[in-house]
Amino acid sequence: MAGIADIDHAVGFATDSDQFLTFTIQGEEYGIEILRVQEIKGFSKIRPIPNAPAYVKGVMNLRGTVVPIVDLRARFGMCEAEYNQFTVIIVVSVGTRVVGLLVDAVSDVLNINRQQIEETPEMGSDTDTTFFCGMGKVGEKLVLLLNVDRLVGAERLEALEQVSA
Amino acid sequence: MSKMVLVVDDSTSMRQMVSFTMKEAGFEVLEGSNGQDALAQLNGHKVHLVITDLNMPVMDGMSLIRQLRTRPDFKFTPILMLTTESQESKKQEGKAAGATGWIVKPFRPEQLLQVVSKVVH
Amino acid sequence: MQIDMQRFHAAFFDEMAEHLATMEESLLSLERSPDDHELLGSIFRAAHSIKGASGTFGFSQIAGFTHHLESLLDRMRDGQVRTGSDLVALLLRSADVLSVLLGAAKDGAPLPADLEEVVQALERAQGAANQAAEPPAAVEHHPVGHVPASREYQITFAPGADLLRHGMDPLLLLRDLAQLGELAAVSVDTTRVPHLADLVPDECYFAWTVRLKTDKPLEEVQGVFIFVEDSSQVTIQQESSTLQTTSQGDAPGRGDRPASASPSDARPVTQSAASDASPARTMPAKSRTSECSSIRVSVEKVDDLINLVGELVIAQSMINEVLGQLASDNLPTVQEALSAMNRSTRDLQERVMSVRMIPLASVFRRFPRLVHDLAADLGKQISVEISGEDTELDKQMTEQLGDPLTHLIRNAVDHGIELPADRLQAGKAAQGTIGLRAYHEGGNVVIEVSDNGRGLDRERIRQKAVALGLAAPDEQLNDEQVYSLIFAPGFSTAQRVTDVSGRGVGMDVVKRNLEALNGSVSIASTPGQGSTFRLRLPLTMAILDGLSVGLNGEIYILPLLSVVESFRPKSGDVKTVAGRGEVIVVRGKPVPMLRLHRAFHTAARAADPTQGLIVILEHQGKHLGLLVDELLGQMQVVMKSLEANYQKVEGLSGATILGDGQVAFILDVPGLARLARSTESGPAGPAECSHTQSLRQPETTEERQAVAIVGSPR
Repeated sequence: MAGIADIDHAVGFATDSDQFLTFTIQGEEYGIEILRVQEIKGFSKIRPIPNAPAYVKGVMNLRGTVVPIVDLRARFGMCEAEYNQFTVIIVVSVGTRVVGLLVDAVSDVLNINRQQIEETPEMGSDTDTTFFCGMGKVGEKLVLLLNVDRLVGAERLEALEQVSA
Repeated sequence: MSKMVLVVDDSTSMRQMVSFTMKEAGFEVLEGSNGQDALAQLNGHKVHLVITDLNMPVMDGMSLIRQLRTRPDFKFTPILMLTTESQESKKQEGKAAGATGWIVKPFRPEQLLQVVSKVVH
Repeated sequence: MQIDMQRFHAAFFDEMAEHLATMEESLLSLERSPDDHELLGSIFRAAHSIKGASGTFGFSQIAGFTHHLESLLDRMRDGQVRTGSDLVALLLRSADVLSVLLGAAKDGAPLPADLEEVVQALERAQGAANQAAEPPAAVEHHPVGHVPASREYQITFAPGADLLRHGMDPLLLLRDLAQLGELAAVSVDTTRVPHLADLVPDECYFAWTVRLKTDKPLEEVQGVFIFVEDSSQVTIQQESSTLQTTSQGDAPGRGDRPASASPSDARPVTQSAASDASPARTMPAKSRTSECSSIRVSVEKVDDLINLVGELVIAQSMINEVLGQLASDNLPTVQEALSAMNRSTRDLQERVMSVRMIPLASVFRRFPRLVHDLAADLGKQISVEISGEDTELDKQMTEQLGDPLTHLIRNAVDHGIELPADRLQAGKAAQGTIGLRAYHEGGNVVIEVSDNGRGLDRERIRQKAVALGLAAPDEQLNDEQVYSLIFAPGFSTAQRVTDVSGRGVGMDVVKRNLEALNGSVSIASTPGQGSTFRLRLPLTMAILDGLSVGLNGEIYILPLLSVVESFRPKSGDVKTVAGRGEVIVVRGKPVPMLRLHRAFHTAARAADPTQGLIVILEHQGKHLGLLVDELLGQMQVVMKSLEANYQKVEGLSGATILGDGQVAFILDVPGLARLARSTESGPAGPAECSHTQSLRQPETTEERQAVAIVGSPR
């Protein structure tokens, strides 16, 4: 079976597999369903939002729409990095909302066979595993797959709690 | 090159109707919502026909006709005015101002074209 | 060519609604000043326009009815019929009939039941002696049913000297004749051509004689010369007998209808009226959906668009030029041009959005009439005061506001304003007032419906709510909570169901309608003095006049309407009141103060107030001093929602995008007031705080440099 998945990957041919955009944060590889990705933008000026959680870096102008930017390093509780020319914003859509995810760099588009996706392993108390929907194996590589709904939804819930507090 | 017609009426629906009819008949159309607006629309365009309403705000049709006739490039340009059956005196006044002819409202598009064909090749 | 007239119907109905509104508005004013000729003129013009357009677009029943109205108005204009209140009432009723007729034409609604009655009343009003003139002919197609018979005409045509100068081409007339049949002989008479020295080049000296063989009747041959008959010599002879000689316009009824295809167009009224209903009723449902797609736009807005596109084109040609001679040292120029293009494109986008905005006047103006009629029904005297009708709102929102506003106004007439006797007894003027007011506040549009009537009966609402199980008998409720009970489904305190309101459609519908527009409604009421319903609507697409201020290098926008003044405070102007936070002393009065950077937990360049700037803001009659770094200027901004992709942020009502593409936040004044109460060193009270004794007067008020807010347009 692994062989077939490899062939699928090699020829970019999807059978029982989904396409993921992969990106890196602190050297780790993550993936996000490609259908969620609206576009990828270089780092541009972000306007900080008053009294926002630390991982919400601010908002940017995306062709006239005001889009919040979530720094995934901060979201996952990692140390924040200097932004450089590789820093990239992945614009994803979640329901009717559009959110930008700030990552270190994007790497590839991969087909990952659904059977190659495993449960997210426990990763210690620092990282909330509910942000992930599994771990994909592509050849030797391990890719943590992002649960965008949860990630952005959870953030929204927290925000609501803040408002009502 | 298709001919250019200047359509002047403060009523959007009338203007739409006249313009559309003229476009269907192969004319290019300039539109003005009153006399002053119409003069502003000219902007160097060569106009082969003017169709104007009479009762309009800012500058009425009569003043527009008079103004146009003072311009060398409009000396021989056919000008049709849109009148109503209750405006017999306006018809005379319009002719004195230099109008070529008139169309009595209400009219159908084909009637408009019939009248236009009287004054334009 | 067959042209589907329905494509113009959307514009037509929009226009008719506007004329009708103008007519009603002027009629209501006419009632107060019956001798105002300008009012009569505007009513007449509206009727005239309605008649003309409805005739053209095939609504001959409307045209026929308006003709009666127009005739009466014409006689009123001439002074033959005197304007009286009976007449105004009749004219208002006619406007109603017109409105129903238009509705019937548009949606196939039933015809007005009192059509004939009103027509007769209009005729009577014109005076029995004056027979109603024939209404305009209906535009209907009649196949020409003549029996063809070959005839021969001898035509002479000597154009008047002015012919060419009137834009007429005599050759076209000859061509028209040729199209009627066969030109057996054409000869030109050149005897009138003068000596070259006397020749005026733009005069026509030729004359023609034509023999025409055709099966067409004389009228059609005459029709060819219709535009020239009074200025030219035209003779038309049929066969041997001279049927008619034309030199000056005579035969009325012929010259009147050059566009008529056949003489059968002149038909009696009754016949056209009888056959009219059908075209109106057969309007397909499709045209109903297209009505939303038609927007009438002011010329200025369109001009704005055109100018912006112009800038775009210039920027583009700049790029083209630079690219043509591209060298590395030109790159900054390319970037400059590109950013100019970006700006224009964005502005263009915003202006296009503003095209959707229409003034609230379009919905407000129906209310004076509504109140007038309702008040008359109920025997009340009510005047309507409207302000802020220029406030613009998205067209769709504006249209959807009609129903909730109508309900609130009906309510104010029915339950709010008392009968004249009751008012007099209460020591008030017999005439009540209903106010309709719109304005911007903190990035919202607020619409207030107020009345100076009896006010809400707090106790009765509470009892009713308890009876309905909406509130517990022993529940402690403040005014706001009690008033908000009337928005509960099924709640109606009307003791009797009147024709005006209380028909089961409750205030809950008003609330639901507003919530559908992301708006809210609140009530203020004072017993014996009246009630005010405040509708607050977001202006997701609205444009805001803003004042931009700087804080820590970032730009924030304040709604200009909330800004009272701004100045740089002197040391000693800022005081701390124990337990009430900071205040700034303005002309001897303490005003609660908020340091924006503290509320937003950012740095400030001017942490020391004397290095910064205080902007005095007003919200619901209370003042707040906001400390920022600097004042930047005035600008119009387009509101962008923060909630759409993020969430509500206290102190911000939204964001906007500046000319350079950067995001700037728009400050929310009520939110800032809340922040001032909560985030500063304790809950700060309102401006009218009672602790003035503890405050020293400022040394010299003059020392404060008042900074005038001078608009610097973008």
